[in-house]
Amino acid sequence: MKKLISILTFIFLMFFANAQEVKMADVMKENGKIYVVIAVMLTILAGLVLYLIRLDRKISKLEKK
Amino acid sequence: MRKSWWKILGVLLLVYTFIAGLLIEVPRNPQLEETIRNLFFHVCMWFGMMILFIVSFVRAIMYLRTSKPIHDIASRQYAGVGILFGLLGYLTGAIWMSYTWIDSNKSILNSFDTVAREPKLIGAAIALLVYAAYLVLRDSIQDIDKRARISAVYNIFAFAMLFPSIWIIPRLLDSLHPGGSEGNPALDPGSASANMRLVFYPAIAGWTLIGVWIATLKIRMKIIHEQKLSQ
Repeated sequence: MKKLISILTFIFLMFFANAQEVKMADVMKENGKIYVVIAVMLTILAGLVLYLIRLDRKISKLEKK
Repeated sequence: MRKSWWKILGVLLLVYTFIAGLLIEVPRNPQLEETIRNLFFHVCMWFGMMILFIVSFVRAIMYLRTSKPIHDIASRQYAGVGILFGLLGYLTGAIWMSYTWIDSNKSILNSFDTVAREPKLIGAAIALLVYAAYLVLRDSIQDIDKRARISAVYNIFAFAMLFPSIWIIPRLLDSLHPGGSEGNPALDPGSASANMRLVFYPAIAGWTLIGVWIATLKIRMKIIHEQKLSQ
């Protein structure tokens, strides 16, 4: 019985949660500002990768010596 | 640059993760909202850590079987990068948690009280501390052969400690973190939609490849260093 009640409350809560609009960043997607965030993240990634490539090349040079 | 195809693959996978990770449709979860996208970053840190620790463990065994110093150096460097990934996982988890777990009806300190009891946090902390002790133990031994052998044996012990502290105990206990007594924290089909898994698996591969790349750079640097010392 206890289980049944808890399951019923759970289903009720799920329904309630679905009825409420979950706030997502829909505006950000609509006006395209999300691409600004992606650009920033990709720039940081590019910087870190370039650093790793330079390090890799330098180590390769040292290995040849 | 040496054997670079997998390095390029790793970078491409991360570029894909960053773009698709922010753009794909994700489930509308009232507790997580957009933070559900952290799956592609926070969880991948832990996956990367586990894979790097496995590599470290394998190299430790290889050292004990062959006594070749290269395996000892590799084992140490993979463990180092694994710890780095673990710390990043912990930090990102702390940020994520402060926006999704904190009870807005309580003060931050009171909420922290419940958060600090999380079995997943304690387990991960134990695992990371065990590996931190590996670094301390290793650096405290002067003799090179002894250091390599003792730290290889300890590495196996540290790896064995991952099982109870990360893979077993936190998954038996209830937790705010997904994958407590029910299911898996990352691979549960209920919490991540099929759509998300299209980004999640490549993200794991991408982050891990970057970790391996950093580890190989450190190994090569260490080898050059040792050669200089022996000259």
